[in-house]
Amino acid sequence: MSINIGEVLLDLWNGSGFATFFSGNWQSLVMLAIGCVLLYLAIVKKFEPLLLVGIAFGCILTNLPHAGLYHQELWDAFMNPDSPVYHSYGAILKSGGLLDFFYIGVKTSIYPCLIFMGVGAMTDFGPLLSNPKSLLLGAAAQLGVFVAFFGAIALNLLNELLGFTVGFTGPEAASIGIIGGADGPTAIFLTTKLAPHLLGAIAVAAYSYMALIPMIQPPFMKLLTTPKERAIKMEQTRNVSKAERIIFPIVVTIFVALLLPDTAPLVGCLMLGNLFKETGLTDRLSDTAQNALMNIVTILLSTSVGATMVGSNFLTVQTLSIVVLGVVAFIISTVGGLLSGKVMCWLTKGKVNPLIGSAGVSAVPMAARVSNLMGQKYNPSNFLLMHAMGPNVAGVIGSAIAAGFLLKVFGG
Amino acid sequence: MNMLSGDLIHLGLADAGIIALLGYGVVFLGLIFLMIVVILLGKAFSAAGKKKAAAPAPVEETVEEAPKPVAPGAAGELKLHNVEPKIAAMLMAIVADKLGKPLNELRFISIKEVE
Repeated sequence: MSINIGEVLLDLWNGSGFATFFSGNWQSLVMLAIGCVLLYLAIVKKFEPLLLVGIAFGCILTNLPHAGLYHQELWDAFMNPDSPVYHSYGAILKSGGLLDFFYIGVKTSIYPCLIFMGVGAMTDFGPLLSNPKSLLLGAAAQLGVFVAFFGAIALNLLNELLGFTVGFTGPEAASIGIIGGADGPTAIFLTTKLAPHLLGAIAVAAYSYMALIPMIQPPFMKLLTTPKERAIKMEQTRNVSKAERIIFPIVVTIFVALLLPDTAPLVGCLMLGNLFKETGLTDRLSDTAQNALMNIVTILLSTSVGATMVGSNFLTVQTLSIVVLGVVAFIISTVGGLLSGKVMCWLTKGKVNPLIGSAGVSAVPMAARVSNLMGQKYNPSNFLLMHAMGPNVAGVIGSAIAAGFLLKVFGG
Repeated sequence: MNMLSGDLIHLGLADAGIIALLGYGVVFLGLIFLMIVVILLGKAFSAAGKKKAAAPAPVEETVEEAPKPVAPGAAGELKLHNVEPKIAAMLMAIVADKLGKPLNELRFISIKEVE
């Protein structure tokens, strides 16, 4: 028996991923290019590298033909009530690939909640406790969430009027709107529950815009405030006792979870992490939550979110609309925070620097740093960082409440 | 798949507007309530702190403390406000290092944590 070398080579070629590119699978090729662009942005331009490197690499892995790391069809069946494997993790474990297994942690909301625990362990709520009014700035800066939600639904009208093919359902619009909360884990938590097919696009938009905050916010900060307002020096805030710091996470968890029970996983984990930090008795747990655990979960979360960027789901007009609506959401949230900062400045007769309002968009601590830098530009002796951290952490709670509300309405 | 009614999946503009306004209102309401709770908490703690400060100190036979020995070359006592002695020592060492002067040639009057 002789070996037909030509046939073997042909089989080898046909079995390779390269052959699929020449047989009409152009989408995977484009997605590999997009993955490389995202890697470039993460490594060279330093756009949220801790998350974007994993997302981009997950995108590359999932779009390698025949690699079998992630199976979109399994998850489509998992989500289909008419399918025999509806909500069956057993089917995923039986037939899935590595990234399918990773993705179970996203689907069950374990990763976003554990990330929130780490965020809580790293967050100092002292500035918020010493100036509780900053909670109002955090609330005002959620404006973009609801404007983008409305904008996504308004696109349906364009559909009808102009015959466009872009349109979003209520749950999809809610997932897009939450990009304005500038909070990655919250956006992933909500999107996984309401519109999992948009997860890749929404996560990439959310993290990219968070990285772009130093570019997105300053023009609007200048536009909406006067040089005199930007130079306002704020008074020192009061010292917060240790007991207050310990009671705060307990009170917030009970209060917010009673108000919107759907937010309990996110807020509960955020506050548990913070309690680890504040008790002073659980330093080891706090250290694990903010370092080892956070790093492990970040790796799993980012690669599995990247894995959802399958060409057929990602290369759509919807993704482009999400990118546009996402930036609109960020801008409107910034404007909402700044305008409420101005109102507070006026009400306190110039004691509040309105620049701290833009920090209410969450994106801890980047947005607070931007407020501080802008303030120092107009008054070098001005240190707004601690004042801006109040609305900044209030924004985290605010976006979790917004997500809880949207989940209550659209969660079914 | 969401088990929602068709009205919530295919939302009209008016309904979307109402949901957006309601959602923004709920966020405000939630954080306003939280603000009130935090303010009350702060007031309760500062009242408790004041009470503690105003309470007469327990009567004890006061034994006059002997003056603390002063370090050689020191020019009086250093006042620390919310700063651990360990951190204060570190800060003084850094200042001395940056200025390039021996620590005993510098005089620190007080160190206060700026928040």
